[in-house]
Amino acid sequence: MKLTRVLMLLITATTLFFVSCGPKDADIKAKVEAALKADPTMSSTAVEVKDGVVTISGECKDNECKANCQKTAEAVKGVKSVMNNCTVAPPPPPPVAPPASLTTALDEATQQRVKDGLKDIKGVTVSFLEDKAVLVGEVTKADRMKIMQMLAAAKVKSDVSKLTDKK
Amino acid sequence: MALQDKYAELLQTANNIGVTNLSVAEKDGTLHVSGTAKTTADYDALWALYDKIDPNMASGDLMMNIDIKADAGAQLKVTTDSTNLNIRSTPSTEGEIVGKAAHNEIVTLVEKTDDSWWKIKTKDGEEGYAYAQYLSPEA
Repeated sequence: MKLTRVLMLLITATTLFFVSCGPKDADIKAKVEAALKADPTMSSTAVEVKDGVVTISGECKDNECKANCQKTAEAVKGVKSVMNNCTVAPPPPPPVAPPASLTTALDEATQQRVKDGLKDIKGVTVSFLEDKAVLVGEVTKADRMKIMQMLAAAKVKSDVSKLTDKK
Repeated sequence: MALQDKYAELLQTANNIGVTNLSVAEKDGTLHVSGTAKTTADYDALWALYDKIDPNMASGDLMMNIDIKADAGAQLKVTTDSTNLNIRSTPSTEGEIVGKAAHNEIVTLVEKTDDSWWKIKTKDGEEGYAYAQYLSPEA
């Protein structure tokens, strides 16, 4: 019976020994978090650890970031495996083309003259592209004539393909 | 030369009605025509012809920079649709409004400041700049 008790004790001690030597989940969590925080692009992730299995969730800016996240967590001592639940942020929308007025060869004073001339004509908008005034809207025949005369006086070329006749 | 052919009727008419300082030049696919018409009626006739040759003046291949003969002191009729014409302190809509000329009022030309803005004087003595588009020299 003595041997049995010794064995029992030994088993208990061994179990205690291994449990106390293996890093605790809380420690792993702290280390993984610290490792992820070191990289500012991964700072918005959340870490959970259970029995040495790390689960990372949050948003990464791209796939490379997500892969790095995984590597960083795997490198931490005591981590058995990593569940990477990170989502990748959608790519930013493509840059919007600058408004036409930024690509014009017409100076401010000339643009102002055209705008002045259009002031009393309702329903017409103007933008400037290269050396032309681009007019959009619906006009009467008489207004169309006025617009063309005004543009001629201001010596501005025109694109009236989007200027339609009022019925 | 093709554009001069296209607008041949317009150029011929401009000659016939005595547009002075008539200049015709083709440059970068645009025909530039400039000169001074004798009367508002002549001016209107030329524009009507332009619209007839190039419907809605949509091709953008003609720059018709025709003005109407008007020397300082000439009588100008205010040709707004129905509203008053603003008279401003500077030749721009940024300029302060210093007076108004009524629809169909006759004002006196002081100076053609540029092609868009003319300096005028009303019979009440208000003087300033008005948008030339709404001023038609009286024959």
